[in-house]
Amino acid sequence: MTTFWFILIAFLWTGYFVLEGFDFGVGALLPLISRSDAERRQVLGTIGPVWDGNEVWLITAIGAMFAAFPAWYSGLLSTYYLPMVLIVAALIVRGVGLEWRGKVRSGRERALCDAGIVTGSVLAAFLWGAVFGNLLYATAFATVLGGVLSLSVAILHGAVFVTLKTSGAVRGRARRAALFTSAAAVPAGIVALPSVPGSAMDVPSWSASPWLWACALLAMATLSAGVALVWRRREGWAFAATALSIVLTAAALFGALWPAPLPGLTLAEAASAPYTLTMLTWIGLLALPGVLAYQGWTYWVFRKRLTVDISPH
Amino acid sequence: MDALDLARWQFGVTTVYHFLFVPLTIGLGVFVAGLQTAWHRTGKDHYLTLTKFFGKLFLINFAMGVVTGIVQEFQFGMNWSEYSTFVGDVFGAPLALEALLAFFMESTFLGLWIFGWDRLPKRLHLAAIWAAAIGSNISAYFILAANAWMKHPVGYEVVNGRARMTDLWAVLTNPTALAQIPHVAAAAFVVAGGFILAVSGYRILRERGVTITGRRTAAGGVGDATVPLRRRTDMWRTSLRGALVMTALAGVVVAGTGDLSGQLLREQQPMKLAAAEGLARDTAGAGFSIVPGVEVPGLLSLLAAHDPGATIQGIEDIQQRYEQQFGPADYTPNLPVIFWSFRVMIGFGMATVGLSVLGLWLTRKRRGPRRGRTAAPVPVPSWFARACVLALPLPMAAIIAGWLLSEIGRQPWTVQGELLTAASVSPGVGLTEVAISLTLFTVLYGVLALAEAVLLVRHVKAGPETPPAPRDPAVAEGSDTDSGAAPLAPTLMY
Ligand code: HDD
Ligand code: HEM
Ligand code: HEM
Repeated sequence: MTTFWFILIAFLWTGYFVLEGFDFGVGALLPLISRSDAERRQVLGTIGPVWDGNEVWLITAIGAMFAAFPAWYSGLLSTYYLPMVLIVAALIVRGVGLEWRGKVRSGRERALCDAGIVTGSVLAAFLWGAVFGNLLYATAFATVLGGVLSLSVAILHGAVFVTLKTSGAVRGRARRAALFTSAAAVPAGIVALPSVPGSAMDVPSWSASPWLWACALLAMATLSAGVALVWRRREGWAFAATALSIVLTAAALFGALWPAPLPGLTLAEAASAPYTLTMLTWIGLLALPGVLAYQGWTYWVFRKRLTVDISPH
Repeated sequence: MDALDLARWQFGVTTVYHFLFVPLTIGLGVFVAGLQTAWHRTGKDHYLTLTKFFGKLFLINFAMGVVTGIVQEFQFGMNWSEYSTFVGDVFGAPLALEALLAFFMESTFLGLWIFGWDRLPKRLHLAAIWAAAIGSNISAYFILAANAWMKHPVGYEVVNGRARMTDLWAVLTNPTALAQIPHVAAAAFVVAGGFILAVSGYRILRERGVTITGRRTAAGGVGDATVPLRRRTDMWRTSLRGALVMTALAGVVVAGTGDLSGQLLREQQPMKLAAAEGLARDTAGAGFSIVPGVEVPGLLSLLAAHDPGATIQGIEDIQQRYEQQFGPADYTPNLPVIFWSFRVMIGFGMATVGLSVLGLWLTRKRRGPRRGRTAAPVPVPSWFARACVLALPLPMAAIIAGWLLSEIGRQPWTVQGELLTAASVSPGVGLTEVAISLTLFTVLYGVLALAEAVLLVRHVKAGPETPPAPRDPAVAEGSDTDSGAAPLAPTLMY
C-alpha cells in the first residue's frame, strides 16, 4: 500500500511536470517569440484553456502527500520554507497575469500582466528543479544544476508545444527558440541526469536498481531525440519525446527518493494508517479515470492550431 | 513576538484573504450558470448580456481565489508541520479528495467555458459552467469537513502521538460539518447576493443619472438615449430580483444552520459559546447582550439549548475544568474579539438578508389595474438601489467575523481537546523566515487587492459591452481594440 501510494504521488508529480512544464515554457518564451499583442494572445491562447487544470496536478500531488505521507508533506514544505514561499509567490503572479491580461485596459497594464507571467513562469520552473536537485545532493552545484535543467527543459518543451499548436511567424520563432534552448538543456541533462540515481539517500537501495539508470539514460536519449525531431520538423513526435524525457526524469527522481523521500525519514515511518490508504485508494481509483477523461477531452476540444487572427478560438 | 505568533498572523491574514474571494466564487458561479440557463431556455438577449457581464466579474474574482488557495494548501506543511504530521492521516484525506474530486472539475470546466463559447455545442457549454459551479461547492464541502474536524474530532484514535483515521464516513458526516457546511455555503450566497445587489443597484442609478448620494448628475444617465430608460434598467432589475431571491433564501438557511451550530457549541466547544457572551460563571437561564448593557434575559439559554432556563457553562468554570483535565494552562481565547465577531456576523449578515426581503416586497409584481392579468414590473426605487450599493460591505464583514469567531474562538487549540496551537507550529522554521514570508504575502496581497478592486470597479462602471448581435450572439462581443488586425476575441478570453 505504501509503495502504491508512493507511485501514485510520483505519477501526480510527473503529470504536473509534463503539463505545467510546457505552461511554464510558454510563459517564459512569451517575450521572445511574439512581436505584437495579437501574437502574444496567440501564444498564450495555446495554454489559456488548460493551464489552471494543469496546476491542479500540483495541488492534488501535494494533497495526496498530505493524506498518505503527512511527515513527508510537512517535512518537505517546512525544510524548503523560503523556496516554497517563492514558488507560491511565482505561481500567484503568473496566475493573475494570465487571468487578468484580457481584462485590463491599457497596453501598459497588459505589459505588467505579461511581466508577471514571464517572471512567475521562469521562477517557478527554476525553483522546482533547484529544490529537487538540492534534495538529492544538498550541494549548491546540484541546486543550480537542477534549476537550470528544469528551466531549460521546460522552455524546450514549451517551445515544441507552441510549434505544435500555432501557425505563422510565431511557429517559426518557437522552433528556433527550441533549437537554441537545447544548447542549455542537453548539456544540463547530460551532466545532471546520470547522477540522479547516484545521489546518496540514507537508505541506498537504489544502487542495485538498474532500471533507475535506464530511466536516467533514456531521459537523456529522449531529450536529444526531441531536439533532433524539432530539427527535422516532426513536431508531434518532438513533443512526445520531450514529454517522455520529463516522465523518465521524474521516474529517476522518484526512484532515487524511494524509500527515503527525505533525509532521515522513510516512507514507512511517514505513511498514514492502512485504513486511510485503503479508503483513499478506492476513491482515487474511481475518480482518476474520470478526471483523466475530461482533461483529455479538453485538449481534444482545443486541438486546432491557433492562427494569429482567430487567437484562442 | 516569536515564530509562532507570526505564523498565526500569517495564517489568519492569508486565510481571511482567501475567503474574501471564495464566497463570491461560490455564489457568483451558480448565479452566472443560472443566467446562462435562462438565456438557453428563453433565448432572450438580455440574459446573455448579463451572463457575460457577471461572468467577467466572476472570472476576475476567480483568479484571486485560485492563487490564494495555493498558499493555503502549502501553508499547513510550511508553518504547521507538527500539526500536519499529527493530523495528516485524518485531515489530509478530505484535502486530497477536494483536489481530486473538486478542483480538477472546477478549473477544467471553467477553462472549457471561458474558451468554449463558439467551440462547444450550446448545451455542453452550459453544462461546463454548471460543472465548474458545482465543483466550487464540492470543494467547500471537503474543506469544511476538514475544518469541522478540528472543532469536533471524530472517527479517529491517537496512536504513537498521531491521529489515525478509523472511520472516513464519520469524518465526512461529522455533525459539526453537517451544520457548518450549509451555514458557510448559505453565507457565501448571502455575500454573493449582496455583491450582485450592489452592482445592479449601481447600474440602475447610473442609467438614471443618479449618484450614490442621491443627486442627479449634470450629464444625466449613461447609455443609449434612443432606448427608453425603462428598457435599459429592466435588465438590471432582472439581476437585482434574482439576487434578492437568492439572498433571502440563503438567509433562511443561514439562520437555521447558525442556530444548529449554536447548539452544537454548547456540547462541543462550550468555551467558544461562553466567550461569545462573555459569560463568566456557569449560569442557568443565561441572558444575551445585544450590545454591552442591553441584555435580554434567558436568550442565550434559549438560543443554545432551546430552553430559556438551561444552564450555560461560564468561562472561569470551564477554565478550571480544563485545567483539571488537561493540566495548567490558559484555555481562554481572546474574549472581546469573539464577543464582537458574533454580533457583527449575526447583525450585519441578517441586515443584508433583511434588505433583500424588503427589496422583494418593494419590487413585487402588482397586477396592473387595467391590464388585467399582465403584471407590470415595478421599477426599483432609487433610494433602494442606493441602499444596495451602500450595504456592500455588510455581508463581507459578517462572513469574515464568522470565521474569526470560529477560528479564534477555538484557541488555544488547533484540534479541540487534542492539540494545542503552540504545539502545532513547525519547529525548524525560524522567526526571520516567517517574517520574510509574512511581509512578502502582505505586500503582494495588498497590491493585488488594489488591482482587483480597480478591475472590478472599472468593469462595473463600464457596464456590459455592446449587446450581442441577434444572429451570432456568442461571438459578437469584441474585446481588444488596440491592434487593427485584432480578431473578434470574446470578452472572456485574452
Ligand atoms: C468554503 C469554502 C472554502 C474554504 C473554507 C477554503 N476554500 Fe480554498 N477554495 C474554495 C473554497 C474554499 C473555492 C470556492 O473552491 C475556490 C475559491 C476560488 C476558486 O477558484 O476556488 C478555492 C480555491 C482553492 C485552491 C485553488 C484551486 C484551483 O487551482 O482551482 C486551493 C489549493 C485551495 N482553495 C485550498 C484551500 C485550503 C488549503 C483551505 C484551508 C485553509 C481553503 N482552501 C479554504
Ligand atoms: C476560509 C475561511 C477561514 C478563515 C477566514 C480562517 C481564519 C483563521 C484565523 C483568523 C486564524 C487565526 C486564529 C488565531 O491565531 O487566533 C485561523 C487559525 C487556523 N485555522 Fe482557520 N480560517 C478559515 C478556514 C480554515 C479551514 C478550512 C481550516 C482547515 C481546513 C483552517 C485551519 C486553521 C488552522 C490549522 C489554524 C491554526 C493556526 C492558528 O491557530 O493560528 N482554517 N484561521
Ligand atoms: C441568525 C444568524 C446566525 C447565527 C445564529 C449564526 C451562528 C453561528 C455560530 C454559532 C457559529 C460558530 C460555529 C462554530 O464555530 O462551530 C457560526 C459560524 C460562522 N458563521 Fe454564522 N450565524 C448567523 C448568521 C451568519 C451570517 C449572516 C453569516 C455570513 C454572511 C455567517 C457566517 C458564518 C461563518 C463564515 C462562520 C464560520 C464557519 C462555521 O463555524 O460554521 N453567519 N455562526
